Amino acid sequence: MQFSGKRTKKSRRTVTLTGGRNESRYQHNLQFYTVPPNETVSLEEFETFAIDRLKVLKAVESAGIKYMKTSEQYTQKLEQEIKKLMPIAVRRTDVEGSMQDKDYDDRRKDHISHFILRLAYCKSEELRRWFLIQEMDLFRFRFGNENTDTIGHFLRQNDLDYRPIPEEEKRALRDDLKSSSYEMKGDKFETTDFYKVPFQEALDLVRARKVYLKKGYVYVPGSELVSIILSSFRGNLSKALAVTARALPTLQEDERLLKRLANLHTQYLGQDYSNRKATAGKVAPEDIEPLSKKSFPLCMRNLHETLRQEHHLRHGGRMQYGLFLKGIGLQLEDALRFWRSEFTKMMDGDKFDKSYSYNIRHNYGKEGKRTDYTPYSCMKVIMTNAPAAGDHHGCPFRHTDPELLKQRLQGYRVNSAGVQEIVDLVKGGHYQLACTKYFEITHNVDDAGFGLNHPNQYFEESQKVLNGGHAPKTTPHTPSIQRPKPIKKEMTAEFDDDFPMDEVEHLLTASQDTAVTEVAPE
Amino acid sequence: MAEGEVKQSTAENTAYDRNDLPELLPIYYKRLFPYGPYYKWLSYGGVEKSYFQNREFSFTLKDDIYIRYQSFSDQSEMEKEIQRVMPYKIDIGAVFSHKPKDHKTVKPGAFQAQEKELVFDIDMTDYDDVRNCCSGANICENCWPLMVIAIKIVDRALRDDFGFEHRLWVYSGRRGVHCWVCDESTRKLDQTARTAIAEYLSVVKGGESQIKKVTMRDPMHPSLKAAFEIMSKHMKHYLFEQQDILGTEDRLKKVLRLFPEQGLREILKEDADKGGDSKDIWERWLKTVKSEKERDNMKKSPFPLHEVVFQYCYPRLDVNVSKGVNHLLKSPFCIHPKTGRVCVPIDVEDVDNFDPFAVPTISTLCKEIDEYKEQPGKENEAQPGTKRKIQDYQKTSLKKSVETFNKFVKGLSGTWKGKMIENSDQKGDF
Repeated sequence: MQFSGKRTKKSRRTVTLTGGRNESRYQHNLQFYTVPPNETVSLEEFETFAIDRLKVLKAVESAGIKYMKTSEQYTQKLEQEIKKLMPIAVRRTDVEGSMQDKDYDDRRKDHISHFILRLAYCKSEELRRWFLIQEMDLFRFRFGNENTDTIGHFLRQNDLDYRPIPEEEKRALRDDLKSSSYEMKGDKFETTDFYKVPFQEALDLVRARKVYLKKGYVYVPGSELVSIILSSFRGNLSKALAVTARALPTLQEDERLLKRLANLHTQYLGQDYSNRKATAGKVAPEDIEPLSKKSFPLCMRNLHETLRQEHHLRHGGRMQYGLFLKGIGLQLEDALRFWRSEFTKMMDGDKFDKSYSYNIRHNYGKEGKRTDYTPYSCMKVIMTNAPAAGDHHGCPFRHTDPELLKQRLQGYRVNSAGVQEIVDLVKGGHYQLACTKYFEITHNVDDAGFGLNHPNQYFEESQKVLNGGHAPKTTPHTPSIQRPKPIKKEMTAEFDDDFPMDEVEHLLTASQDTAVTEVAPE
Repeated sequence: MAEGEVKQSTAENTAYDRNDLPELLPIYYKRLFPYGPYYKWLSYGGVEKSYFQNREFSFTLKDDIYIRYQSFSDQSEMEKEIQRVMPYKIDIGAVFSHKPKDHKTVKPGAFQAQEKELVFDIDMTDYDDVRNCCSGANICENCWPLMVIAIKIVDRALRDDFGFEHRLWVYSGRRGVHCWVCDESTRKLDQTARTAIAEYLSVVKGGESQIKKVTMRDPMHPSLKAAFEIMSKHMKHYLFEQQDILGTEDRLKKVLRLFPEQGLREILKEDADKGGDSKDIWERWLKTVKSEKERDNMKKSPFPLHEVVFQYCYPRLDVNVSKGVNHLLKSPFCIHPKTGRVCVPIDVEDVDNFDPFAVPTISTLCKEIDEYKEQPGKENEAQPGTKRKIQDYQKTSLKKSVETFNKFVKGLSGTWKGKMIENSDQKGDF
């Protein structure tokens, strides 16, 4: 632990720090967050910063669920939501003149708050993934506020030296370049600069086949430059989160931080569905069939019906459905019994025990590395591991032909107006809203009153409606972020009220000897 | 179990019987398995000493007993171990931070997969919805072209788009093919990069709830254009004759479901009802679509017929195999326990002539050695130390496969020769 010499008691509580400004660190509104803060931050500041950023990220998430990220509405909505909490995020960098105080303070807050949330969100893969996605979206949004000049400034500062390919090369590749992007109609091509970079630096574009690829190099149009920068941002952050997670146990010694950090992340996800203590044993294998008809979201109902019909599910389906069942309270022994009874209609018990029971026990943390796996969230179901031939998992709203979806919904007696509404939402890419609509129709409520982001949440909300605990609502309850209760000042004199950030830095660069996986790409 | 299928696919060869494996494997591992080039490949010239030693192998024994984290210090240890254990199957895993056999003695978490070839697995079972001849693990000459097309398309993209030089294609022994991309920079790719490459190569998407699995936008990406060109060379024979995709009422119906727009679907149906074979109908469709396009009726789906071809022919990768650095894949030259066939390398230049049913089984090979010698004198075998003029594999139908493999390893060795010179240049010794 390091104690800096400047630790004087007086000026610490003020948010605006005038002394010891390190202007060179904050040259631009945008940051890559490569160097952790190493100054002293008061606990109050620690808390406000964290909560404010959390609210911002939450706003980023909900704007992303409601609107397409490329749309006008998305930008407007987000701007409006975060203007107050994070003014820096909606203004363009002023590269001229000397730095204003407000710029400095806002940039510092951006910097520190980012690092605090890293600590809170590095603990599990689920959390890391969530944080990473929101931070990337936030960065992308902020990048959009900048212009060519300020972007150039930013690139130079971060040693990202990208230069357009020469005109001759561009002309020689004309046809291929034009047909590699949907936007190169008409003269757009003539005015666009292309950047040639190794394909590893533009993986998002490669993945989506949005660029021309030749002998290991991609040709990125200027408009997609953000994607390269984001991929570098993502790479850094993903690694940093993994390193932070490894280092976190050392931090556990500082109780003051721990409490605050622990509080923080539970505030967003609302609930952690891997914790089965509350529900454990509530569901028996016999209950699954009737529940599947009343309270399962479409994805799970679909998997259930497939399992009943085919007496088999492929790996993706077993994971998605198995973990969901765990989440609603099916205990391990019951789960084994349940899966066994279906699978053994197709194979002998021996084969089941050999090939499948391990998988189920694994999900319950009884095998392998003994992680108690978390049921998949909607985000995960929609974004990752899309179903391939033979698979039944995934999100029915995302991974079903519209025609087939219509049929299926009609089969479940959704009226035609409802079907149309759902299909329209699906066409707009609003899969979670489509699912919410399905909930409203099948539960006969006007407004579901919750923002759906987890199949297990669907189940619980459904149970509430059906068991009368939650009458059809008039006032929607949105999971809001509450300030954690201030921790009582019960520390004795030997505890200082402040927390030296350079200790955090030390942690962030600490040993790498515990395995923490980086967040897998979505 | 699937006895029938084994019989079917080994019809005219020396009948392979799974129960013979315990007797055949010792001969195979002793006399035929190409340890030399195999070791040369996986040690990559020994530029990095620990590369081979930290490589995970895993063995499958009789009764599906699976042992992971095997590793060997050198070629002779590998040979001895394989001959001692007689694995029914060998898988190759990643190169780890430590020797895999010591993984329990290393601090948990420190033991991590660091590098591996980029691998692809293409399996015929994933094509069940577009095969009219077989399903599941079965294959026949009428669906095998799918694998030929897959190899050509993926190989081209890996070479031209990604610039990967060293690609080894291997028959998986039953119903699919594997590809190992072995360039140095490729072996270092992380999971994100591997995923991106696999997805770049995936066009057919969606599970059982998605009938139409391909949707293309205008303009068509150059990589897909190149793929289409490859597929169009196979269309006449494969799609219209071997699969005869429009030949019966049911098959036609299946294809028509791939046109979501009712208007177009009805016109095409009328076309089909005019009769003729698959090719006649298809040619009529081409004209119809062309004229519809001219009348600007195709804004929403500019490539309806291309999409059919992609859905029926485009390679379907098992993306999960390619994603992970730490994913194990069956080794070249092991024996597929169900068919007895050797997982032989495929010469991409000559992939059209690759016949999976002509791939030797372990039974054939052992017989070939015996017949070559003609006098079944046991004494000779007892002295493995005596230099044979002709290596055993050359007496058998494995010869060509080993040569293909040697060619691949030779190409690869160019990279480390350069590397060795570079290293010695740096050290300054000449």
